[in-house]
Amino acid sequence: MNHGAGAAPELHHEERPELQPHFETPEQQFESGKFGMWVFLATEILLFGGLFCAYAVYRALHPEVFVYASLFLDRVLGGINTLVLICSSLTMALGVRAAQLGQRRLLIAMLSVTLLGGAGFLGIKYVEYEHKWKAGLLWGTQYRSQADGHALEHGEPGTHGTDAASHDGSAPPEPPAPAADPRAALPPAAAAALPPSVPIPEGRTFGDGENASLLPPAAIGPTGMRAPEPPPAAGEQLERRIRHEPRNVHLFFGIYFVMTGLHALHVIVGMALIGYVLFRSLRGDFGPRYFTPVDIVGLYWHLVDLIWIFLFPLLYLIE
Amino acid sequence: MSSEHSAAPAAPEVHVVPIRVLVGVWLALIVLTVLTVAASWVDFGHLVGEPWLNLVGALTIAVVKGSLVALYFMHLRYENPFHGFILVTALAFVGLLIGIAMIDVQATRPDLIPNYAPALETPASPTDLPPAP
Repeated sequence: MNHGAGAAPELHHEERPELQPHFETPEQQFESGKFGMWVFLATEILLFGGLFCAYAVYRALHPEVFVYASLFLDRVLGGINTLVLICSSLTMALGVRAAQLGQRRLLIAMLSVTLLGGAGFLGIKYVEYEHKWKAGLLWGTQYRSQADGHALEHGEPGTHGTDAASHDGSAPPEPPAPAADPRAALPPAAAAALPPSVPIPEGRTFGDGENASLLPPAAIGPTGMRAPEPPPAAGEQLERRIRHEPRNVHLFFGIYFVMTGLHALHVIVGMALIGYVLFRSLRGDFGPRYFTPVDIVGLYWHLVDLIWIFLFPLLYLIE
Repeated sequence: MSSEHSAAPAAPEVHVVPIRVLVGVWLALIVLTVLTVAASWVDFGHLVGEPWLNLVGALTIAVVKGSLVALYFMHLRYENPFHGFILVTALAFVGLLIGIAMIDVQATRPDLIPNYAPALETPASPTDLPPAP
């Protein structure tokens, strides 16, 4: 870093220790740093672009896999994570502003909050990953078929909020036990008129109370027709969809884990960079004349947010 | 907060984004996020009989959100337009990659998984699929 120190430095190099000897002016150094960062961000976009391309091709060819697999993604947790990242992006932008204005305490506070936001994002991500790990919602040969509905028994999916809540814990209501003696359902007069030797097949009484009778009401349909079943409850509907599993669902989870995993890796790297900038701002390195590292780390953090903004609807909001 | 804005001795070539703008952008991002999640529950596309509208709507909201982040949080609106040019170039090449790949998918309809592409044909039932080799 300090090579060339033997060369006669210009006056403003002495005044500004952060100005590297290979730059003429602070402006040139600042512009070069940002230019280099934008070129790097372009390569990041190309890196994720390849994954988005894989996503698009597989979704175009096998939409049923994506619709099915999205049943197991919790769009509430994903949405909360989106909000967490957006909030940490705001605090990062406020931190850059504080650095530009030389507000050191505000800069430190904003960087700390941003770091917390990153940690919160990873925490929620961990909860999601753990659910999928336990339910066998994994890539390739690690994937465990969900057709037996075992994910339901483990509280998975946490999907669709209300669906999961209606399914959690509470067992489906038991069908009413059939009456032991059909005669008991009849009015006493009707029951007395029937000798005990006359068998009454189960389920052959109609109506109840005073109106109970062995004769079907005239309005009932022809024999063999059943009254239409009421639409299944939301939880039951979800269970049916889960049991009807298409083949090769592991494709989706391969794409899901690579994309969100690479993104989570970027969050970790971004947190390390923010930690470094936080350390330097505690040391008092930054001020209105020099804040390039804060600005550049901010750009990286915003890009991480930007990528998640596209990942979230594509992975979580499939219907 | 505007007083501290004018009082600060920022370097002349650097634009300091007002807090009002940053918070406004943040609020817009929150609202759009809630909107896109809510829209996914309402399932607007199926209501009007055009299911692909769900994807288009969600992606449109994502593009608006991404533009807000790039323009204001990443200062693209205020600084050297060449940085924006770099971003747009990268996005254009990603668009080329995905676009040409999708044209290829539509044109050749390859079966990525041997003997399994129910999206391409419509078998009467899942058991009608040809047997695996």
